[in-house]
Amino acid sequence: MKKNNKFIVTLFSIFLGLVVGAIILFISGYNPIEAYQVMFMGIFGSPKYISYTIVRSTPIIITGISVAFAFKTGLFNIGAEGQFIIGSIFAMIAGYLFKLPPVIHGLVAILVGALAAGIWAGIVGVLKSKFGINEVISSIMLNWIALYMNNYFLTFPLLRRPNSDASFKVLDTAKINFLGQWKVSEAGKAFLKDNKFLRELLNPPVNYGFLIAILLAILVWYILKHTTLGYQLKAVGYNKDAAEYGGINIKKNIVVSMMIAGAISGIAGATQVLGVEHQIGILAASQGYGFNGMAVSLIAGNNPLATIPAGLLFGGLTYGGGKLNSLIGAPSEVINIAIGSIVFFVAMPKLFEMFGKIFTRRKRGENLD
Amino acid sequence: MISIINNLGIIIGISLMYSAPLIYTALGGVISENAGVVNIGLEGMMTIGALVGATVGYYSGNPWLAFLAAGIAGGIMAILHGIASITFTADQIVSGIAINFIGPGLALFLSRLFFEGATMTKPIPLDNKMPQPFKNILPEVTQVETIKDAMINFFRNAIFNQYITVFIAFILVFIVWFVLYKTKLGLRIRSVGEHPRAADTLGINVYRIKYIAVILSGVFAGFGGAAMSIAVVANYRATLISGQGFIALAAMIFGKWKPQGAMWACLLFGAAQGIAIYLGGTAIKVPSTLLAMTPYVITLLALIFVVGEGNGPKANGLPYEKNQG
Repeated sequence: MKKNNKFIVTLFSIFLGLVVGAIILFISGYNPIEAYQVMFMGIFGSPKYISYTIVRSTPIIITGISVAFAFKTGLFNIGAEGQFIIGSIFAMIAGYLFKLPPVIHGLVAILVGALAAGIWAGIVGVLKSKFGINEVISSIMLNWIALYMNNYFLTFPLLRRPNSDASFKVLDTAKINFLGQWKVSEAGKAFLKDNKFLRELLNPPVNYGFLIAILLAILVWYILKHTTLGYQLKAVGYNKDAAEYGGINIKKNIVVSMMIAGAISGIAGATQVLGVEHQIGILAASQGYGFNGMAVSLIAGNNPLATIPAGLLFGGLTYGGGKLNSLIGAPSEVINIAIGSIVFFVAMPKLFEMFGKIFTRRKRGENLD
Repeated sequence: MISIINNLGIIIGISLMYSAPLIYTALGGVISENAGVVNIGLEGMMTIGALVGATVGYYSGNPWLAFLAAGIAGGIMAILHGIASITFTADQIVSGIAINFIGPGLALFLSRLFFEGATMTKPIPLDNKMPQPFKNILPEVTQVETIKDAMINFFRNAIFNQYITVFIAFILVFIVWFVLYKTKLGLRIRSVGEHPRAADTLGINVYRIKYIAVILSGVFAGFGGAAMSIAVVANYRATLISGQGFIALAAMIFGKWKPQGAMWACLLFGAAQGIAIYLGGTAIKVPSTLLAMTPYVITLLALIFVVGEGNGPKANGLPYEKNQG
């Protein structure tokens, strides 16, 4: 399919997914137009909401980039969930225990998180290349192991804040919040008091994570498109045997590819800790950052650059949709159904081809038979 | 000795209880993937089964009706997967992921509709849960003093106290094995998964076989969900099905796409879970988080040292188009 068509299919899929959501709301006795209005206002109604949408979108854009990268190299990174957790654990440790000047501290903490998650994902790569173990099943196991490891780390008195279910907060030097210090300083407070727009915009935990997401998307796109490494990784993804015949070391490439994908998901976890949560807490079940990243990547057609709008769409829908419950009493879960439907339609380009055929035939006035 | 026998009974009991939902779901995966359709959406189908089982069970008071309804609900979700991946030759993994969003979303949505906005269904009274058919065969032992008492307790805890869903799970393993390897339908399913074009040439309706297999996989996953929500516990809640579908998927791959293999993998997983839960209740000083981790570590190690490389059906995951090539 041509690139242009792919884009149209995606737009149509998004539209159809929202229609499915509307139908379900309608059947259940809610006014879908009102519901979508509430959602729209919940996203764009105030500078604060826009900021929140971006903050919510950032981690899933980054895990989306991770999944997209792995897909392009022929691997299915269902392990983004666990890599995210590992990244957040180690970014928290570096952010709390290291003593470094501002900016550098944040960067170092992100790198530590990325490195740890990269090594974590490297396990999957080694298991696949050395033992032939399907990356899907080892990743599923590692996701759970990561989750319990998070809880295990929180049993250490060194890390756990007394009388809480969470770790110590990262040091101020490690935080990556946008104007984070200034916001709470006397001068900042005085300034923001008179500037409603800025005050609202800065009220949520806005941080540099979104910027990092954009840079990562460009970097990954560049690596895949314009470097030898990217070419090799993609070649393994397209046709393993041909790549091997062409002299590419497949086993090494699988490990490298998994490590890069893992590091990216680790950065997602790190930015979430350093920019939003500032701590890690006990986890009872998976938080869904990895799985949501998969949906983002799929909606983006596994194109790293397209994960940015796809992630914003996803983040906006879940953030705005979250308000359905409190404002009009409609179950917010309808959003998950709508997002699932979008992914579902994106998976079926053939459906649209058929529509397209019928449409063009009609135009030419031919018989539909 | 007495306490060892006693404790072993408890561990086996927990293991079987936790294995059963996995076995149903893994069997679903076996059927679908033997027909060449990857079903990563088992989790979503299981979730819908759990919700429908708990809801029908609560309102009708009939566990069998609830179990059946759960299977049908899972089957309906599977039809979606079939339409996308068989008729429209969609990427099966992508379609499965979509199911995993739609299933849990729909389950919570329906829960809120049927239970006044609550994200968990109301508990089913004990009498309306799945029966424990062999519960009263052996006498209850209140004080364990002799080996005989311990043995009685062992069998009670390990086997006779189980819900009927556990027994059905094992019967289904046999039935699925029999159908897959001893009947014409099974041969057709496997041939469609191995070499659909050859099967087509021999006059087998590839699409129909694939649809049958995918729908059955949803029915089984739905049963698996109900085995959680109307037997292991007595209601549905958002966290009830969190990962079992994926574990079942792993068990199916681990068991090399065979029903008996998947069963052993589920049992291994259930046993690891049983030991973890049992040790958690004793005085042995192991951090509970490490215990919770063990089933997954054991499975991973078993994959490395015992199982190794496994190859699924040859045409697994590939879409089939009749008029091509």
